Amino acid sequence: MKVRVRLFAVAKQLAGTDEITLDVPEGTTLGKLRLALAAEVPAIASVLPHILFAVGSEYVGDESLVPASGELACIPPVSGG
Amino acid sequence: MIEITTEPIDTQALLGKVCAPEAGAVVLFLGTTRQVTAGRETASLDYECYPEMARNKLAELEAEARKRWPLTGCAIVHRIGHLEIGEASVAVAVSTPHRRAAFEAGQWLIDTLKEVVPIWKKENWTNGESQWVHPGIETPRESSQTADCNQAGNV
Repeated sequence: MKVRVRLFAVAKQLAGTDEITLDVPEGTTLGKLRLALAAEVPAIASVLPHILFAVGSEYVGDESLVPASGELACIPPVSGG
Repeated sequence: MIEITTEPIDTQALLGKVCAPEAGAVVLFLGTTRQVTAGRETASLDYECYPEMARNKLAELEAEARKRWPLTGCAIVHRIGHLEIGEASVAVAVSTPHRRAAFEAGQWLIDTLKEVVPIWKKENWTNGESQWVHPGIETPRESSQTADCNQAGNV
């Protein structure tokens, strides 16, 4: 299935794009997706261990499966305020 | 009431939204852009956010604060885009019948906002380099000529 991953801040800067589409099997965990992202976009491999995934507006753990919506976001450590 | 805006924050209007006859205390917190961080001088800052999630997270914070404290009013505004030194990037205003709860709720709101709401700032240093701020990560510096296209923010 196709998974659309949104990127922000330093991840967007390093990748040179605000969105990456990956093709992964259904039932892939986000932990596996993290590895696939690092392989697909080596430029963000160094920051990926610090990034949280969000589906909809909720943070989700690496044990979660890629969502049926096929959409998620990479959230680097936040620095608002 | 929560808002993400590219416009300067109108603190008087914000206070007007939380003032109420039942309130005996109003606390307004402003986060302002600092000129010097760890000995380095900042020329300006750019903020961006993940808009849908940031709005939802801010609304969750307001709802949680209303459960924990007897708020008569609550308003959180975060500004994004380009900010000059000394401008307010965030404002939290709360009102309660008595002052202790207003201080506690205001502090909890800004502390938690800074931990969970997907908003990021980029320091534009006076030497012409720019750098995203991500606690715990050493981020690369880029020259302003090659800075990515976030100058107008990402609403």
